[in-house]
Amino acid sequence: MKQIYVNEEYCIGCRLCEIHCAVQHSRSKKIIKAFKEEAPRALARVLVEEEGPLSFAMQCRHCEDALCIEACIVGAMHRDEETGAVLCDEDRCVGCWMCVMVCPFGAIQRNLAGTKAASKCDLCHGEQIPACVAHCPNEALTFVEVKAGGAR
Amino acid sequence: MRHVIVGNSAAAIGCVEGLRRYDKDSPITIISDEPHHTYSRPMISYLLGGLVDESRMAYRPRDFYEKHKVETLLGVEVTRVSPRERVIFLAGGGSMAYDRLLIATGGKPFVPPVPGANLKGVFTFVKWDEARQIARYIDEHQAKSALVIGAGLIGLKTIEALLARGIKVTVVELADRILSTIFDPTAARLAEIILRREGVELRTKTTVGEIIGRGGRVDHAVLRDGERVNCDMVVFAIGVRPNTGLVPTDSGIQIERGIRVDAHMRTTAPGVYAAGDCVEAYDMLADSYHQLAIWPLAYRQGNIAGTNMAGVERAYEGGFPMNSISVCDVPTISVGLVEPPDDGDPARYEVLDDYDRETLTYKKLILRGHRLVGALFFNDIDRAGIYTGLIRDQADITQFKDHLLSGSFGLISLPKDYRKHLVTGSGIEV
Repeated sequence: MKQIYVNEEYCIGCRLCEIHCAVQHSRSKKIIKAFKEEAPRALARVLVEEEGPLSFAMQCRHCEDALCIEACIVGAMHRDEETGAVLCDEDRCVGCWMCVMVCPFGAIQRNLAGTKAASKCDLCHGEQIPACVAHCPNEALTFVEVKAGGAR
Repeated sequence: MRHVIVGNSAAAIGCVEGLRRYDKDSPITIISDEPHHTYSRPMISYLLGGLVDESRMAYRPRDFYEKHKVETLLGVEVTRVSPRERVIFLAGGGSMAYDRLLIATGGKPFVPPVPGANLKGVFTFVKWDEARQIARYIDEHQAKSALVIGAGLIGLKTIEALLARGIKVTVVELADRILSTIFDPTAARLAEIILRREGVELRTKTTVGEIIGRGGRVDHAVLRDGERVNCDMVVFAIGVRPNTGLVPTDSGIQIERGIRVDAHMRTTAPGVYAAGDCVEAYDMLADSYHQLAIWPLAYRQGNIAGTNMAGVERAYEGGFPMNSISVCDVPTISVGLVEPPDDGDPARYEVLDDYDRETLTYKKLILRGHRLVGALFFNDIDRAGIYTGLIRDQADITQFKDHLLSGSFGLISLPKDYRKHLVTGSGIEV
């Protein structure tokens, strides 16, 4: 399956990935509307970490052995049979936060707006290239085929 | 190869998914004494509290059994397993042969011998049907008050469900604090503040002495210290014991406090595997075998059992306690040890903590040498999984110890080679 490859050497900490991720997951998918008119504002599912000169963007790794799937008490967290992506069915999620407890990347957020639900990267399902990758100005995020066993 | 699974919850479903990953065709039969399609046991408190309806109870989609080619025998109790004949016996006289068997019978609620425990209006609360029975009892008898016995995880969820139904709750706990297995005294005090604010009457260091009925139904209870508690109903929430009634003592299956399993989830009898709340499995932090009745480990153990039953070797590296639980909407996470153990060498342990009285926010980490062995988060749980990962990996935290409790702690605080180790498993590097 295709995965988002994170390259911290190229990240400039501009956070455009966060902005475009939020837009992609907004109702209108329009940047001005998403940030000015939609309430609650959509959450970004990618998180930029920054400390001094170092920065990188991190989102769900769609692990082969996904701890969040085995921890989910309602079966909301599941693997998409077609794409292999780890997805959360937000209608079934009850916000018990077991996934937050087990994700070693801290890549699952609590969305407390509306019905509480886990919020995470869905690889922009349906899109050819995820929004964070498409809008990264320095190829710090790339979308590449990953073979089983870890080789690129 | 004929696979039979006794049980229909997390461990059983994990087993089916592990089996079917490698073995697409061998027959699989699930047998459960409960009549329901596989459902989420933790959801019974949401159901009783009226937060969800019955359509939300499903743990897997309706077509799960069909898709995974699983035969089901639901509402049928397995009375005995005979590993020598490779047969299980069913209530009502039937039997079934197997080549590989998984025992995933879960836990059985413990009810102490208290006078009056057989009265109408006395319940345990671990099954869907019990949620229905309690709800019906409340409606039929217009119950307005309840006594909950035990303030552990099940007790807390019982309290929340009853509060949501407008029931006045008194809770008794034998220990000196509530939730003593997952909280240290500080976190327990915070939880007690929250419960009291919701109107819960809390009695610690005592328990019920006698339940007094009138007309065959609960009327009130008398605590061991003599206090009278008016209550229309009583819920025992002391805890669950491994449910091993189907294993005879001469079966060759070793049982200590739970069914003993090896790293492949095999019992001591050939062809018999076990997983979930009924087993005593390896705890990697305590370096001992005991029951760890938590959902993620039940699924994992079942999945590993299923993988091995399919003939593909996979080992269980051990687990450790972890719980994510809300206390009346305040999120908390507890992983590993909650306090340095009394019996250990105290010099080996170090505690880092951060407590904000204003916001009722508390974080605590327990270090053993250079490793993290416990993490407790009260009211701020974001990215808690990073700490759980450090515990699971038994990572050396020397280089970033000073950052562990800083507000900006994240993957960026970890040494680059460890970050790399973290993410290369799935084919991605940073």
